[in-house]
Amino acid sequence: MTKPRTVFDKIWDAHVVETLPDGTCLLYIDRHLVHEVTSPQAFEGLRAAGRRVRRPDLTLAVPDHNVPTERHAEGSTAILEPESRLQVQTLEHNVVAFGVPFIPIDDARQGIVHVIGPELGASLPGMTIVCGDSHTSTHGALGALAFGIGTSEVEHVLATQTLLQRPARNMKIEVTGTLAQGVTAKDLALAIIGRIGTAGGTGHVIEYTGAAVRALDMAGRMTLCNMSIEAGARAGLVAPDDTTFAYVKGRPLAPKGEAFDRAVAYWRSLGPDPGAEYDRTVTLDGSAIAPMLSWGTSPEAVIPITGTIPDPEAEPDPARAAQIARMLAYMGLEPGQALEGVPVDVVFIGSCTNSRIEDIRAAAEIARGRRVADGVRALVVPGSGLVKRQAEAEGLDRIFIAAGFEWREAGCSMCLGMNPDKLTPGQRCASTSNRNFEGRQGPGGRTHLLSPAMAAAAAITGTLTDSRRFA
Amino acid sequence: MQPFTTLTGIAAPLPRANVDTDQIIPARFLKTIARTGLGKHLFAGLRYHANGAERADFVLNQPPYREAVILIAHENFGCGSSREHAPWALLDFGIRAVIAPDFADIFYNNCFKNGILPIRLPRAVCDALIADAATAATAHLTIDLAREVVRRPDGAEIPFAVEPHRRHCLLHGLDDIGQTLALEAAITAHEARLAAAPYLPAISL
Ligand code: SF4
Repeated sequence: MTKPRTVFDKIWDAHVVETLPDGTCLLYIDRHLVHEVTSPQAFEGLRAAGRRVRRPDLTLAVPDHNVPTERHAEGSTAILEPESRLQVQTLEHNVVAFGVPFIPIDDARQGIVHVIGPELGASLPGMTIVCGDSHTSTHGALGALAFGIGTSEVEHVLATQTLLQRPARNMKIEVTGTLAQGVTAKDLALAIIGRIGTAGGTGHVIEYTGAAVRALDMAGRMTLCNMSIEAGARAGLVAPDDTTFAYVKGRPLAPKGEAFDRAVAYWRSLGPDPGAEYDRTVTLDGSAIAPMLSWGTSPEAVIPITGTIPDPEAEPDPARAAQIARMLAYMGLEPGQALEGVPVDVVFIGSCTNSRIEDIRAAAEIARGRRVADGVRALVVPGSGLVKRQAEAEGLDRIFIAAGFEWREAGCSMCLGMNPDKLTPGQRCASTSNRNFEGRQGPGGRTHLLSPAMAAAAAITGTLTDSRRFA
Repeated sequence: MQPFTTLTGIAAPLPRANVDTDQIIPARFLKTIARTGLGKHLFAGLRYHANGAERADFVLNQPPYREAVILIAHENFGCGSSREHAPWALLDFGIRAVIAPDFADIFYNNCFKNGILPIRLPRAVCDALIADAATAATAHLTIDLAREVVRRPDGAEIPFAVEPHRRHCLLHGLDDIGQTLALEAAITAHEARLAAAPYLPAISL
């Protein structure tokens, strides 16, 4: 009898091309997503070695990080910053030279690579999916093995459609019960990182399971898998189920008709075998989670909105105490302080964590008929042109604009300081993105990670707020 | 890639946990299309004041650590993004090895692709090496990859371990792609098996 296998084990086994004597595997890659920041040096490497892209038909390129969130109709020439423009235009040049399928800025399908992969059906269950970006873990929501790689590995995949990898360890995170009203996948993701820490998943692929995970829609699963990397994991995934298949069905690049039915039969076989063993299991009670937000400069520095910031003096480990003190100094906060009521300067609703239509709807729900507080700049940035179009068809753009939010075009925007949307030193931001590192949203910027509903509530009150007050 | 055999030089102490890739190289410096020239931006937020002047309190601005070839840090070094600009910036500054209790996976991988050796040693050992490095007179370390030892200034040797394939590639400066292409027949055979798979449609826009 063969050993019972996890989802990760099954996908891994199906993709091993060759095993080297020391256990390193040559792993076949089904989808390679490419963006402008981590690919120029990889294409340059191919060119220098006289190599071609082995499987352009399994590769999809799109610019996102440097793309301004306005004037998309004008294409890359509208990028004012010369270095950003050069990086995007280098990608435009490389996709032509190497024959890689490409979605340009002025195409309605352009958007954040981790939003458009699932949306277009380019990312499917059972696949190995890589991208030169750590948040590739997002695609694991489909029941795929999806992980971020560096530029040398991007070049390796372009040239060989494979990667040299060592198998990861298996970790199961089981979330029991039902999330309370007003508690979202983002709160769950932050609660998990708060529990296991930013290195809690190192070397592991996390399989999320349990009733609270099964009950999440695909957008919620993507939010959850997206932040696996903040817990240090190589990847996160959810076993494919009927929710997954309903999402995939009819997507432009997904299999159709009889091929879809055969694919579903295969995808169903990817669920974990009874008795499959995990190197580590963590269980959380989903019903005990409150809306969460971060207070420090590490995604593990989180508390419920009802809680208070820890006191470094109560911390027995001196290194940890010093770290808390340093984070508080950077964030301009005090030990023991509650976060509710802390004034914010900027609200950012967007990023590959929370920019899908469901996220935009959740924020609009709170914005409807209300006004952004005086002095607060609030941005809503859909994750793709198609999300934007859908939101506009539902009239959500008008709700935001009437409330005083800026309604932008798709891109990474204020998630990281690479395009015109950034914080200025000392600005405090309620952000639906995934990283609160020092300077992440712009030098000196102070980030509080939270859900779209919490972000919208902060925009309305002008302070960090429990979004359940608006329920 | 430059081979890594032995390395002797100044080790800089950086006793911090969770040194993330945004600290190693902030996003605004990722707009380059080259691999080189990033050393001046290494740790930009910690190394420079807003006006561009050096911060005297940051270790890499102090002698002898301006010449550092090794960094010693605390847990979870390199967490965050997949940006290979992080190892490129370290390399361009002159850092060829990082010692820490553990590393984030993608950063760890990226180091090997660029001739940088990341060494995992227990926290207590890292702290002892950080204490050595804190004094200029004892800030020299030697790393011998073939023998998998770090030699302290007093001559004591600390063993470490690296996966055999990675060690081999680093010792010989080997390019992974060339080696993988030698397995082309196996890749082609895998693709032939996949040809009819309904779950792997080609991208056509
Ligand atoms: S939205 Fe943020 S985290 Fe996601 S790909 Fe863009 S920069 Fe990276």
